[in-house]
Amino acid sequence: MSELLLAPLALLLLAGLALVSVVADRALLARAAGRRLSPAELSPWPDVARLLVQRRRTTTAPDALLWRTGGAGLLVAAALMLAVVPIGDSVIADLPVGIVWFNAMDVLLWAFVWLVGWGAASATALVGGYRYLAQALAYELPLMFALTAPAVAAASLDVREVVAAQADRWHVVEMPIAFAVFLLCVAAFSLWGPFRAPAGSDLAGGVFAESSGVDRLLLLAGRHALVVAGAAFAVPLFLGGGAGPLLPDWTWQLLKTLAVLLLLVVLRRRLPVLRPERFAEVGWVLIVPLTLLQVLVTSLIVLAEAP
Amino acid sequence: MTSDVVTTTLFVLLALVAVGFGFLVFRVDSMARATFALAVSFVAVGGILLLLDLDYLGVVVVVMMVMEMAIMAVFMIAYMMNPAGLMPMSMYHDKSRAMSVAVGTFVVLAGGALLVDWPERQGSPPADVTEQVGLGIMGSHMLVMMGIGAVILTTIVSALVLASARSRYDRLGDDLKARPARDPIRGGVGR
Repeated sequence: MSELLLAPLALLLLAGLALVSVVADRALLARAAGRRLSPAELSPWPDVARLLVQRRRTTTAPDALLWRTGGAGLLVAAALMLAVVPIGDSVIADLPVGIVWFNAMDVLLWAFVWLVGWGAASATALVGGYRYLAQALAYELPLMFALTAPAVAAASLDVREVVAAQADRWHVVEMPIAFAVFLLCVAAFSLWGPFRAPAGSDLAGGVFAESSGVDRLLLLAGRHALVVAGAAFAVPLFLGGGAGPLLPDWTWQLLKTLAVLLLLVVLRRRLPVLRPERFAEVGWVLIVPLTLLQVLVTSLIVLAEAP
Repeated sequence: MTSDVVTTTLFVLLALVAVGFGFLVFRVDSMARATFALAVSFVAVGGILLLLDLDYLGVVVVVMMVMEMAIMAVFMIAYMMNPAGLMPMSMYHDKSRAMSVAVGTFVVLAGGALLVDWPERQGSPPADVTEQVGLGIMGSHMLVMMGIGAVILTTIVSALVLASARSRYDRLGDDLKARPARDPIRGGVGR
């Protein structure tokens, strides 16, 4: 495939899958409430249109530059994460350290989400920003170790090498903990499901509290895009990339990405919100040792299978 | 040739961003803006490292610096005067001397890099440059350094234990039997 077409294609896929996640989430919500599903209820377009024409509200003394930078940042980070996900044989950014690149993009979210909270110059939004940082301190290290395990198994930080290393056996078989922790961390950096405390309803929307109009649209779309990017990255890392019988590579990759995405959407409203200060201990006392154990087991497998 | 032009243009752009935003740190009034101006400056430095084909180093600089700046913003705002930038504030101390030292250092280093008659490369680089540099620097001292690493880590942990206001006796009582532990904020594991 032409490298030139790859970036627009990836962006289209990102938008399409984000829409799928919105519709699936609404369908689940309607079903949980026992209501009948009408197409109008499922469609995100009326809300998109409303947010696009809505006049921006503002606060007394916002730091508009930082606020807007943070607001646009979520979508940008999600798109940049996709740059190192191989589609078929090609990849947008042929970076030998793709896994670290993904890590760098999720760290950018520390700054962006906090800036959204700070820029609004509103107490609830700011508390949301601080909650995100507190949560980030608890999930970032587990995420790094969860990313380390497939890299150790493939002896490379190149995402394509990681896919190639799974020719015999998908990584998820030998590193289920790393896979589960990775999904957990995707939810955490996307303010998703149990990790929505920074945007919690107890804070009147937290970091999203004061955003309106197109700013709000960017934030909400950014959140869905981040979940999509996380799901898309889980596939080459743990689920063998495009490997699969009969169908072409890209079909399998799309199907797997869709499956991981739907899993994240289903889990979104099934789990209670975790309090950031409680999750800190869970992260450090429970998850960090578990992921370290995972890396140890992976290393032992690599040693045992070395020729 | 074109790739040379692109690389040079990118380098000049990133260098200007790095220096410009670094300078902005001292020009803006708000702690949040100062902190993230510094973060942008470091990200640009990471970009320059990427241009030098130091992929890992470049990306890691971005990871470390953005993380560090996000946490630093919290402390800057907590401890500095004029946190929200609502009042004008100068970050300079001893303005003229600080400025001359900073600009002087930059001129000396940059001038040195440009003016020194760098030697031509003799021979060719080894296959695994990273490993060779590691061996060149550390060589036979590797075991000692690994030992020192463990000692440093132990020192950090002991210092934290000594500095902590609350010990296990505060948490668990004199006979260490109080359950649940008496913590100001309960943790999530239920220790």
